[in-house]
Amino acid sequence: MPVQDFEQLFQQKIDAEVKIEPKDWMPDAYRKTNIRQISQHAHSEIVGMLPEGNWITRAPSLKRKAILLAKVQDEAGHGLYLYSAAETLGMSRDEMINDLHSGKAKYSSIFNYPTLTWADIGAIGWLVDGAAIMNQVMLCRTSYGPYARAMVRICKEESFHQRQGFESLLVLSKGTPEQKAMCQDAINRWWWPALMMFGPKDSESTNSDQSMKWKIKRKSNDELRQNFVDMIAEQVKVLGMTLPDPALKWNEERKHYDFGEINWEEFWNVVKGNGPCNKQRLEARRKAHENGRWVREAAMAHAAKLAERRKQEAA
Amino acid sequence: MPDQEKINYLLHLADTTLILSHRNSEWCGHGPVLEQDIALTNIALDLLGQSRLFYQYAAELMGNTDEDQLAYLRTEREYKNLLLAEQPNGDWGQTILRQYLYSQFQQLLFQQLVTHNDQQLCAIATKSLKETNYHVRWSSEWVIRLGDGTTESRERMLHAIDELWPYTGELFDPAAYESVADVDFTSLQQEWNKRVKLIFEEATLPVPEKIFMQQGGKTGAHTEHLGYILADLQYLQRTYPNSIW
Repeated sequence: MPVQDFEQLFQQKIDAEVKIEPKDWMPDAYRKTNIRQISQHAHSEIVGMLPEGNWITRAPSLKRKAILLAKVQDEAGHGLYLYSAAETLGMSRDEMINDLHSGKAKYSSIFNYPTLTWADIGAIGWLVDGAAIMNQVMLCRTSYGPYARAMVRICKEESFHQRQGFESLLVLSKGTPEQKAMCQDAINRWWWPALMMFGPKDSESTNSDQSMKWKIKRKSNDELRQNFVDMIAEQVKVLGMTLPDPALKWNEERKHYDFGEINWEEFWNVVKGNGPCNKQRLEARRKAHENGRWVREAAMAHAAKLAERRKQEAA
Repeated sequence: MPDQEKINYLLHLADTTLILSHRNSEWCGHGPVLEQDIALTNIALDLLGQSRLFYQYAAELMGNTDEDQLAYLRTEREYKNLLLAEQPNGDWGQTILRQYLYSQFQQLLFQQLVTHNDQQLCAIATKSLKETNYHVRWSSEWVIRLGDGTTESRERMLHAIDELWPYTGELFDPAAYESVADVDFTSLQQEWNKRVKLIFEEATLPVPEKIFMQQGGKTGAHTEHLGYILADLQYLQRTYPNSIW
């Protein structure tokens, strides 16, 4: 069959909501887009362990410490499923990790911001996981089967994290004046970067049209961002806190909140590597990998020795 | 049994598991490979869970306090953890060895505590033992892998033994309050030696002999490391006293 016919059949499957599976024929660009997106998502989970990991040893109560440790561990687990999902498309985990370390592969820019106070841990749960969920709920129905199935499980855990984050801020919001100030300060610092997580405006987004046609994505960046603003603008009232945007206002006609302009210069700067923590995050990942090299080598050497011994015993 | 001794013993168990959990949790996000990062974090979580049960029981006996006050508001001199638990992570080999030496001890100890006449202590030991059995399996497999792996990994394990062995004597040198455990530490030590020797043999590692043993952790005389751990651990509670988190 000519490639054109394959492509047509492929699109028909997509249109009929049939999931694409690893051994199915798929256009090269579909494969590449999925590898790029899934591996980027996996890297985000792994790099995302670092800003939160920054507070594990300093969590203010044993209960909070247990919640945070379990949360960061969940992220490692998400990274693991996602690397496995991406591997079904023909790229090894090692290759993906090398691309992360060389700077070729990206990860979510949000993790290039520092966690300065304990309240940042709550703010990340509420705002960053909240923004991620908007995207991820949509991805549960993405057209590539292994990715969609990984997302179903990830979404359940992420919504739990978001509730935990909110609850942790709720306690601060009812606490001492210092705790309230800490809570508002964290919201002020994380709000705009969280909005940036949805990516460039639809008018500026290069990958969007094809991804929508292939149902890798099902909602546009601007739509998801609007849904997020609408949700958070209500939730922040429960905390008795405010969002740092004077333009934020309910629009009765649109039935949505209007909000101010994102600082796109900052957005592109962080993407290009100039965020407050880009260097530290990548350095921490490279260092962990480098320091672990002898461990991985020893495990392989030992496994080889064991196999050799078993062979000799059997002979 | 006298309550103060029991409280001290519970605090000793709580502090040891908390401090070891703290050390292991420092690895979270920095492990040599993702699966093992998850495994060690799991152990950190298990130990943290155990420490909370011990603190909560101690708090109940003491009255007018809670797990967080006990963990966050006691000083270096009041902490009763084993010196072994507070030793720095070093490289992955040192962390693994510290875990194995401790878990092997904890397993044998808790196997005896499950028949203790104190119901609550007995229940905590029973619950923890399931976790500890896994910790022993996981860490001993890694000791073997690293000892019997490459020349470099073996060198690193030898170094780890040098660093940590002097803190193993304290495990079997009971403080006065440990009489409440009702455990024969001499036979515990013999059994521990036997098991460690087997694992070390498989790992092609030597068991040190006649090494001077450090002690003092159980009665609050620690290495300099503990002060930094507590500064880290207790920072928020000390900076913002009387706050709810």
